[in-house]
Amino acid sequence: MTNTEIKFSDATMKRVNELISHYPEGKQKSALLPILHLAQNEFGGWLDVPVMDYVASLLNIEPIEVYEVATFYTMYNLKKVGRCMIEFCHTGPCLLRDVEPLIEYTEKKLGIKLGETTPDGKFTIKAVECLGACGYAPMAQIGKHYYEFLTKEKIDKIIEEFGKPDYDPFKKYDI
Amino acid sequence: MGKKLLLEHENVPGIDTYEVYRSKGGYCAAEKALRKMSPDQIVEEVKVSGLRGRGGAGFPTGMKWSFLAKPEGKPRYLVVNADESEPGTFKDRYLMEKIPHILVEGILISSFALGANTSYIYIRGEYKWLVDVMEKAIAEAKNAGWLGKNILGTGYHLEIYVHYGAGAYICGEETALLESLEGKRGNPRIKPPFPAVAGLYGCPTVVNNVESIAAVVPIINMGGAEYAKIGIGKSTGTKLISACGHINKPGVYEIEMNISVEEFINSDEYCGGIRKGHRLKALVPGGSSVPILPYELIYKTAKGETRMMTYESLADGGFATGSMLGSGGFIVYDETACIVRNTWSFARFYHHESCGQCSPCREGTGWMEKVLHRIEHGHGRMHDIDLLVDVAKKIEGNTICPLGDAAAWPVASAIRHFREEFEYHVKYPEKVKNSIYAHEKDYKAVMV
Repeated sequence: MTNTEIKFSDATMKRVNELISHYPEGKQKSALLPILHLAQNEFGGWLDVPVMDYVASLLNIEPIEVYEVATFYTMYNLKKVGRCMIEFCHTGPCLLRDVEPLIEYTEKKLGIKLGETTPDGKFTIKAVECLGACGYAPMAQIGKHYYEFLTKEKIDKIIEEFGKPDYDPFKKYDI
Repeated sequence: MGKKLLLEHENVPGIDTYEVYRSKGGYCAAEKALRKMSPDQIVEEVKVSGLRGRGGAGFPTGMKWSFLAKPEGKPRYLVVNADESEPGTFKDRYLMEKIPHILVEGILISSFALGANTSYIYIRGEYKWLVDVMEKAIAEAKNAGWLGKNILGTGYHLEIYVHYGAGAYICGEETALLESLEGKRGNPRIKPPFPAVAGLYGCPTVVNNVESIAAVVPIINMGGAEYAKIGIGKSTGTKLISACGHINKPGVYEIEMNISVEEFINSDEYCGGIRKGHRLKALVPGGSSVPILPYELIYKTAKGETRMMTYESLADGGFATGSMLGSGGFIVYDETACIVRNTWSFARFYHHESCGQCSPCREGTGWMEKVLHRIEHGHGRMHDIDLLVDVAKKIEGNTICPLGDAAAWPVASAIRHFREEFEYHVKYPEKVKNSIYAHEKDYKAVMV
């Protein structure tokens, strides 16, 4: 990606300006975290260095101020990920509700390990720390939404549905 | 049936919309506060109510408000902490998802009391869909004249904005949250100065949990004195408890703080008992940070008194034989749960979430995770157990923020109450290795 190709769509730019307007004048850096999410959504699901530089220029801050934030927060992907990212919660309460056999099942089914992406670029699987859905465990965040009380059958359905070309990570699917 | 003040209408269809919320008496407290009360009177009512911070620390909300500095020419801010990330805790999410307007109304009353004209709701990044829910509620409230300029003709104006994070437990600590809200890494600040004097952008700021702010609505409706009549002693009012683990009915329950732990676990109104065929082994009553309680200390305190769902009763016995109400993240373990594995999982969590600023926490959480990993996976040594206790002691109290304590307590308490289980792992590594969950995978791969 070269710098000239990186530009938010008009609709996203409108949202960017709206976000900046939420903070006092001169405090536009406050909008950095939400804008990095928008950038990640718009530019392939991860934050490449030129993308971070572009966000820095929009907020009139130094690129290093963006890098230090992007590397601190776990939701920003610093390398390419699959089109569908399945993030299993594996903290205490989800362990109690047997998320681990489910993770192993998914690893086998997709032929990849945690932290890896399928060769066709469709799926990435990760284990993440507590997502605040302990009562509805085992669960995973997939795109924008949570999928709870997961079972092997539900994993089968997720892999079938979310591997399709029209998969939309912002839509809540009925699984 | 206990009294519900926050979730009274949780099952009313459409209660997430302005019209339905209003038709159920919504915004009456705001109307009362803005038209009939002065800001000082509202602060006084909250003080009288005895409301204590619902995020975990339990600090009196009214007192926190009264510390707010009011210098001329500086704006003040109310920041709502919706960075709910404590393992076991999912109550704020439930409240916002079900009844977003109670939070908007609570913010309006609280901001008016504090003299704040801008309020931010800091929602954890993973709750992405909740940003839409809250923004919709704010827009509806604004359309109906409850936000914006000159609210109810009083001359008071308020804007509420939703801000969202990006996956960092540490941002639930109030000064880390403010750093994050300023677009920086979530490194907690050294206190003093406290946010009440120099918070967001160096201006006086109050940071309160979602549930604390929502509780202001019933307090204004019924009066602080009436609210204080519910509960026992200094545990006044109702509390949202998010229950999970090996129980029949996991979920979010609103309780009056006058019921026993035994009733909460076994009543059909709440957890519905331990899952069939199993028995209670341990309890973490207030989120992963608080000390774990073994079976014999759950229903009764060490003194033999009935253990109640209150701040005081759950803490009875101090750290030797008690725990804390904390955030209300109620994790129940039956006899199938491996305490070592659970402790390792929590240690991994705190290692992952340590911001790295203070060496005792940055290094100590990593050591605890590694030592627990080797005990759990059959490579432990007997002196590892005391090593863990030693490391936990060296973290506790030696860090800028409470994350160090939060990491140390679960480890220290698990060893205090379940030492023989740790020793078993060391003595019989083959049995541990063959357990179905003790798969040897490179757990570092998880940290991508």
